[in-house]
Amino acid sequence: MGEIVYFSSRSENTHRFVEKLRLAARRIPSGQAEAFHASSPYVLIIPTYSGEGGKGAVPKQVIRFLNDADNRKNIRGVIAAGNSNFGATFGIAGDIISAKCQVPYLYRFELLGTEEDVVNVRHGLERFWTRPPSKHR
Amino acid sequence: MNIQLKNKPAKAASAVRAINWNRIEDEKDLEVWNRLTGNFWLPEKVPLSNDIPSWATLRPEEQQLTIRVFTGLTLLDTIQNGVGSVKLMGDAVTQHEEAVLSNISFMEAVHARSYSSIFSTLCLTPDVDDAYRWSEENEFLQHKSAMIMEQYATDDPLKKKVASVFLESFLFYSGFYLPMYWSSRAKLTNTADLIRLIIRDEAVHGYYIGYKFQRGLEKLSEERRQEIKDFAFDLLLELYDNEAKYTQALYDSVGLTEDVKKFLHYNANKALMNLGYEALFPAEACKVNPAILSALSPNADENHDFFSGSGSSYVIGKAVATEDEDWDF
Repeated sequence: MGEIVYFSSRSENTHRFVEKLRLAARRIPSGQAEAFHASSPYVLIIPTYSGEGGKGAVPKQVIRFLNDADNRKNIRGVIAAGNSNFGATFGIAGDIISAKCQVPYLYRFELLGTEEDVVNVRHGLERFWTRPPSKHR
Repeated sequence: MNIQLKNKPAKAASAVRAINWNRIEDEKDLEVWNRLTGNFWLPEKVPLSNDIPSWATLRPEEQQLTIRVFTGLTLLDTIQNGVGSVKLMGDAVTQHEEAVLSNISFMEAVHARSYSSIFSTLCLTPDVDDAYRWSEENEFLQHKSAMIMEQYATDDPLKKKVASVFLESFLFYSGFYLPMYWSSRAKLTNTADLIRLIIRDEAVHGYYIGYKFQRGLEKLSEERRQEIKDFAFDLLLELYDNEAKYTQALYDSVGLTEDVKKFLHYNANKALMNLGYEALFPAEACKVNPAILSALSPNADENHDFFSGSGSSYVIGKAVATEDEDWDF
């Protein structure tokens, strides 16, 4: 299985979700994100910041991480957190990264995720990493 | 007031400190300040009068229900503006937190004022007066207000925050359901646009106050933390019990009670998550009517579960506005 790379702000919502998955995961640090590298395939899990019209939706640290071509070439999918109360921008960080990196938007959950979300993502990732080679990638 | 006094016992002198936004102690304060000020709006920006023809298509009992629901929401916003956020300000740990809460307080006044704009645009004055009288006499509405006010009167900063998050992230939703329902049937769509602005604000308020709650909780002993957690779940269940009755009293006549309750469960879980707690209501009790979810968030019913294997191979996100100056590729 590939690993999980994730970002969580001090609210720790995304961190809590990733902890519940009990899968190999590394956190993009809040400071010094440049020193953080992903040299093997990974799925990215990130929160959506809510700005007007989706502006500022992807945390800066994640943008910096993805600006590194070596990190970017190993991303295989994205999972994003959000809140349906933000209307059209609900979980939009996943849409942005999916479009930018041309990888599937695998799953969307709210806040720290429910038990159902944890089960869906854990089983989903197991199947995702063991699926036959895809022509998409 | 939380003008912080810097006590230096040796000199017995204290200084009143001016807030410095260039020295941030908690980055969330600045982040949320920017979010809230960026989201600022006034009801005048929404063309409510376009809903006049639509309002006329509602049956008299549907109009009465809508006015009552909005009056109930006005009451909660009034509490939050005049009491809730003011009480939380007294507990602020940083001066920036106090400033953010002053924004929250003002926006609650804007929300309360918005319902009056809806009334003056769509409704007859005697009907609105009747609803205000109803709000003072409805036992469930009064009981929910009393339960929240009781917590705001305590000395415990964390219990006040729990009550505040439950109000922001849970108690509003028996009311928010109705404009989402009308909107899903292409009725009162401008009013729904205004309510969506309120919902977005309340989501940030619940998130921020829940975040501050968790920072406060970190400083407590394991025993005290457990005590607060028990308190929070007890209060939620007590509020839920009352909320279910309030919902029945309002929605039984239009046959929507069970649908509203699912929306309540779903939002009660989110309120708990804002406090850092696990969801309480099981997934099957939270299957909100897709039409309501979709009125809340236009893409909420889109399949964002690649894993389930339903639908086409997978969806690559649509191109969306990004801050291209930040992206190098």
